Amino acid sequence: MEKKSIYLSVNGARHEVHCEPRKLLSDALREDCRLTGTHVGCEHGVCGACTVLIDGRPARSCLTYAVQADEVQITTIEAVATAGRLSPLQQALHECHGLQCGFCTPGIVMTFEAYLREHPQPTEAEVREALSGNLCRCTGYQNIVRAILLAAGRMRAETAHV
Amino acid sequence: MKPAVFSYHRPRSLEEALSLLTLYGFDAKVIAGGQSLAPMMNMRFAQPAHLIDLNALPQFAGVTREGDTLAIGAMTRHHEIATSATVRAACPLLADAAATIGHYAIRQRGTLGGSLAHADPAAQMPLIASTLGARIDIAGPDGSREIPATQFLTSVMTTDLAADEIVRTVRFPALRAGERHAFEAYSRRHGDFAIAACAVTAEFAGSKFSGLRIGLGGVADVPLVLEELAAGFVGEAADTRTVARIADAVAGAIDPHDQPDISAAYRRDLVKALTARALQRVTTAVPQDS
Repeated sequence: MEKKSIYLSVNGARHEVHCEPRKLLSDALREDCRLTGTHVGCEHGVCGACTVLIDGRPARSCLTYAVQADEVQITTIEAVATAGRLSPLQQALHECHGLQCGFCTPGIVMTFEAYLREHPQPTEAEVREALSGNLCRCTGYQNIVRAILLAAGRMRAETAHV
Repeated sequence: MKPAVFSYHRPRSLEEALSLLTLYGFDAKVIAGGQSLAPMMNMRFAQPAHLIDLNALPQFAGVTREGDTLAIGAMTRHHEIATSATVRAACPLLADAAATIGHYAIRQRGTLGGSLAHADPAAQMPLIASTLGARIDIAGPDGSREIPATQFLTSVMTTDLAADEIVRTVRFPALRAGERHAFEAYSRRHGDFAIAACAVTAEFAGSKFSGLRIGLGGVADVPLVLEELAAGFVGEAADTRTVARIADAVAGAIDPHDQPDISAAYRRDLVKALTARALQRVTTAVPQDS
């Protein structure tokens, strides 16, 4: 099958990728852009591990083909910490013990970086509803929920302070 | 879990999309949000030779109120439908149901037109479109045509769309003054397709039903709209006794089949419970005759 040359804009950098149309965005990010923070679990949209931001909105990178993504801005987990400083959400996950093996964590972080921007003051029930799209087999979710609520509070305080 | 080989096309206009479909016919598959098609392709249940991506057609997305009608572009994402103030005002039942589709990330990508064209019998959008009597505007090489959702959905994952046609717009009748609505669905895991779902709208004259629509998802090849059954209860008191009778009648009107994991009896019980729950919600605060 003929390969196509495309440009992917990932975390502000332009990557030239030469791939078949059937290549999943998740695989292109990992194999061609060498950004292995995006994890691949189920490859049919259920587990949420591969979630990235497409034009700021969370999306399963396993349900998007790389060739579809050459006119959008992609953000991956690698861009969430800035200048070596964890984002408030990452920091809260760390403090609350919101991860054990960490496989699901990049997808959860990307989902909730977007979710908390849209819902700065979520209830616990809303967090649990949103978290239902990310499977975690270690934690039992309790500490992830706690971390997201902690991060939401800190992000609100930060915004109020500015 | 990797898709089979395909060629990729990204048309920049409706005309280009239609000419690609005319050229490739059933060898082509249109991709909108890809939240159902991509899993099917990744698992190789679907192996289209040509993938025609509608994501470069922004004119296909958007919500417009046109008098008594709510027009929604086929490429409008579920998340926008769930959160749009225009949709909430004109078709709150649609907004409520859209908010329950899959998960937060899935709703950012999945589209109204895609869900209808995919035609999963348990999906929310086909159920709401059928229950509300939405009309589907279809573009084809010889112009456009508009048909009711119930005529559009013909069987399990099967629609009236010809190989060279595309869903363009869906027109929902806006809710009438005093109309109430409820959507209830049940699945074992949050975000899965429902085992059964029930959509209800009701209008009242004093303490009595003056209008009633009941739609069911997940119980047949297509969403079931129980028009005659619902009409039979118009004029009756909107009280708990009638609610129980309607729920019984609805459960008796369906013909579910035993499946390895879900028995027909369980699905029937579920439909009865969901219908009763939806009707209880719409009849709350309706004045009761003493």
